[in-house]
Amino acid sequence: MMRILLIAVSLIFLGALLFAPLGVVFVSAFGNGIETWLASFADSDTGAAIRLTLLTAAIVVPLNTVFGICAAWCIAKFEFAGKSMLITLIDLPLAVSPVVSGLIYVLLFGAQGWFGGWLQEHDISIIFAVPGIVLATSFVTFPYVARELIPLMQQLGNDEEEAAITLGAGGWFTFFHVTLPRIRWGLLYGVILCNARAMGEFGAVSVVSGHIRGLTNTMPLHIEALYQDYSMAGAFAVASLLSLLAVITLIIKTLLEWRMGTRHR
Amino acid sequence: MRWRVERSVIPGFGITFGFASFFLGALVLLPLTALVMKGAGMDWTRFLAVVTDPRALASYKLTFGASLLAALINIVFGFIVAWTLVRYRFPGRRFIDAIIDMPFALPTAVSGLALTAVFAGNGWIGQYLEPLGIKVAYAPLGITIALTLIGMPFVVRTVQPALEELPRDVEEAAATLGASPAYTFFRVILPALAPAVLTGFTLAFARAVGEYGSITFIAGNIPYKTEITPLLIIIKLDEYDYAAAAAIGCVMLAISFVMLLTINLLQAWGRRRISGAVRR
Repeated sequence: MMRILLIAVSLIFLGALLFAPLGVVFVSAFGNGIETWLASFADSDTGAAIRLTLLTAAIVVPLNTVFGICAAWCIAKFEFAGKSMLITLIDLPLAVSPVVSGLIYVLLFGAQGWFGGWLQEHDISIIFAVPGIVLATSFVTFPYVARELIPLMQQLGNDEEEAAITLGAGGWFTFFHVTLPRIRWGLLYGVILCNARAMGEFGAVSVVSGHIRGLTNTMPLHIEALYQDYSMAGAFAVASLLSLLAVITLIIKTLLEWRMGTRHR
Repeated sequence: MRWRVERSVIPGFGITFGFASFFLGALVLLPLTALVMKGAGMDWTRFLAVVTDPRALASYKLTFGASLLAALINIVFGFIVAWTLVRYRFPGRRFIDAIIDMPFALPTAVSGLALTAVFAGNGWIGQYLEPLGIKVAYAPLGITIALTLIGMPFVVRTVQPALEELPRDVEEAAATLGASPAYTFFRVILPALAPAVLTGFTLAFARAVGEYGSITFIAGNIPYKTEITPLLIIIKLDEYDYAAAAAIGCVMLAISFVMLLTINLLQAWGRRRISGAVRR
């Protein structure tokens, strides 16, 4: 009896909070037929938003992946003063509000910011332009790869790398042939979560973007613009694409968790 | 303390540490310093006037009130969901388990748009609530629901592993000794899970306080009524009042640090609990 009641409560709670919103996105997007859905993407501003989102992710994700590997390598393989401090600082962006994450770049590069005058003299735009969007997105997705790799590499230990080096292998060779095969699933896990957040970030990007249609609106910002125009079909069409991204991310993530035999957080 | 405690044959410390700290410094620490300096550089009376302005106070009340309520809803229902997933076997359990993380993957703009559509007066759920006089979309209740959605996985994912590790024999012992199920739950199970529940609560609360994306859709953004603190920062920036934006930003950053500290202390408490139980 208790069992049925608790399962029912869980399903109703998740139904109202998760399934209904997801359902409404796909029903609203595809309810008028696939042609209407496809037609929403003919709009040039929508196309520009998709391209900008892909461009941003294409810059941010590799950059944060390289950072994550470097941070995990030095933290897992070496002992040095300030190591726990470094680990705490890497997680810092997760604690900061997305709006504050955008604000800090405005204070740095905006017209009244620290470097604002210099940038204006040299005719470089960062805020209300693509570089600002890339910076703000990098900030919010900064810890994703590192926080997957650090515990994984610490747990794997150094024995195999030490053996490879002692036997005469070079540093790069050791990384690509010894370390990488052992961390690849964890790395992929971090990368897909980093990518999902990079493509979906709203708050931080909203502050630095300037909302110029066709130029500085990413997909999430374009959803807001269409919503404010009461162009619901368009808003839900873009939202359905991002929901699809979330669903694919979740499937890959679940498969990786089964593969690695662990559950994360 | 020496720079490196032990010499290692593994190469690459210089380049990896160098790149990691440079990237961290340039991307995270320098911009955050700019915010703190901007706030600290302000005239103290002006700073105080900005952060205690009635409109700002109304936004704190709403942001904290709605976040607190959302986190409370989550510890009740998140606990039930975690309990159901750990203790019961039913068709679709693995699917439900996987989809709990959806709010981590779903962009906040999508969840905001979708929740607004579901809870609007003509929406799937809103149409049944509106005749009862319950207004969700464009009202504080809508903000609470959006914050509940984004905080939900934090509570489930911290309570779930703690519940899995909870030894079943303790409950059986309590039952054998004549304790009622309710007594066992409140005096045996709940105290053991307290660190996990509190950690989940704080994580959900901390995430909710900073949230902006989903709220901007569902809140209606009416000053003094449904205007959250992050939105107020954006409004100040739109007015080119960078100093005021920085002042409110500093308040939010300070709150983030307090939350981060609280979470670390709670997790340390939880670890002590577990290692203590193992030693016994």
